[in-house]
Amino acid sequence: MLSVSQLDFDYAGVRALSGVSIEVGSGEIVAIVGANGAGKTSLIRAIAGMLVPRAGCVHWHGQDITGWPSHRVCELGIGQVAEGRQIFPSLTVEENLRIGAMIARARTQESAHLTRVFAMFPRLAERRRQVAGTLSGGEQQMLAIGRCLMGAPELILFDEPSLGLSPALVQEVFATIQSLNREGITIVLVEQNVAQSLRLAHRAYVLETGQIAMAGTGAALLADDRVRQAYLAL
Amino acid sequence: MPLDLVLNVAIGGVLTGLVYGLMALGLSVIFGVVRIVNFAHGEMMTVAMYAAVMAFAHWQLDPFAVLLPVAAGLFLFGYGLQTSLINPFITRPEHSQFMLLVAIAIVTVNGLLMAFGPNARTVLVPYALDSIELGPLLVDKVRLYAAGTALAIAAGLFAFFRYARLGAAIRAAADNHTGALVVGLNVKRLYAATFGLGSACVGAAGCLMAVLIDVTPTLGPVYTLLAFVIVIVGGLGSMMGALVGGVLIGLSEALAGLVLVPSAKSMVTFALLILVLLLRPQGLFGRRA
Repeated sequence: MLSVSQLDFDYAGVRALSGVSIEVGSGEIVAIVGANGAGKTSLIRAIAGMLVPRAGCVHWHGQDITGWPSHRVCELGIGQVAEGRQIFPSLTVEENLRIGAMIARARTQESAHLTRVFAMFPRLAERRRQVAGTLSGGEQQMLAIGRCLMGAPELILFDEPSLGLSPALVQEVFATIQSLNREGITIVLVEQNVAQSLRLAHRAYVLETGQIAMAGTGAALLADDRVRQAYLAL
Repeated sequence: MPLDLVLNVAIGGVLTGLVYGLMALGLSVIFGVVRIVNFAHGEMMTVAMYAAVMAFAHWQLDPFAVLLPVAAGLFLFGYGLQTSLINPFITRPEHSQFMLLVAIAIVTVNGLLMAFGPNARTVLVPYALDSIELGPLLVDKVRLYAAGTALAIAAGLFAFFRYARLGAAIRAAADNHTGALVVGLNVKRLYAATFGLGSACVGAAGCLMAVLIDVTPTLGPVYTLLAFVIVIVGGLGSMMGALVGGVLIGLSEALAGLVLVPSAKSMVTFALLILVLLLRPQGLFGRRA
């Protein structure tokens, strides 16, 4: 359903992505793991239309969407839970969510989606009139996920959703990702938290200094000696 | 000095200040969202004033009657300007944005000079000299109408940003640019709409100013500076601050004219600016950076 081929991207004169190709099938959880600075966020942003790659292309259901601006990419059903959550701190929780449904594909079902998100995250319903900047880190992550769901995505790009959260909240976020996947949403998960991501993912890619170093099923990569040495400190 | 005289002058100042406030509101909205200082703000107001003057001279149309079409025209102008010229400058260094808008301002002033000549023009509506008596107070009709209209437009703008879907989207884009891209907002279009709204405000303010003062092509720079002072006094990016700052400047100008000499009004305005910059650098309603 999503196919990225031979993507190159330079950031401030330095090669951030080099010949990166990934495939994501419908209903999959695909993890992209790697160290800080490996190019994970650049890859996510290139798919989401927030940066234009130097070379290579992105296909969605066979259609070439390379270089499309982010608002058109969102209309296709590619949602994003971005690094650092990127909520709107001075808007209320409910306003944050409603803005997630402003794209045309979701606008008519705004209230249905809102009900669904509030059922999924009762904490957000309790705080709907509260300014989002006053939420805790975990609540902000819920808000970011809820806001993304408001846009009725077919696929969600998760960029470091566990960053800065306590171990208990990390478990919660991973459980949420799994249940979203069971509901039929395809997931691309970018993480530094390698062990957990590989356990959750059907398939995974290891990104090293802008290149795909390894690929395989989550279980196979978890058992791989190189992965264990480089990322799991085993 | 008799108290009723002071009160009369003060009320006149507050009423004029509300129109200043509407003008400054436009600047504040544009800066608060697009992060561009519209150095052509006063010049845009002058264009609107000439539109009102011409409509009155040729078709005897009251400036209040042409306010909406003029504001709509300025909206389109601002929207087009943002789309065609300013969006490509968004990521450029600040001095090049600054020069772009200064250039637009200078082109506007010279265009007006070529079209209308340097002489002052006036709109003399039939009720220009009427006033309303409230006990010992005498309030100019035009000033009262202009202030009331400015207040109504400002209230409409507040409501738009508070309740309208588009208003919330604009606030979101101002709040977190990356976040707005993430949820699929078309940020460039929101910026253009914002520049349009800010321009519409100044267009409406121009129609109102046309009944209060004479218009000359070189009025622009003075009012750009005035709008800038008001916005800094009120707090950059704060809508309420722009309105209150306008009233404050209007009031201080009027009282300075009465207590000191009329030519001292800018002196008092800028003294007020220095005072605010010293004591409260973020402005009266500004948030601390």
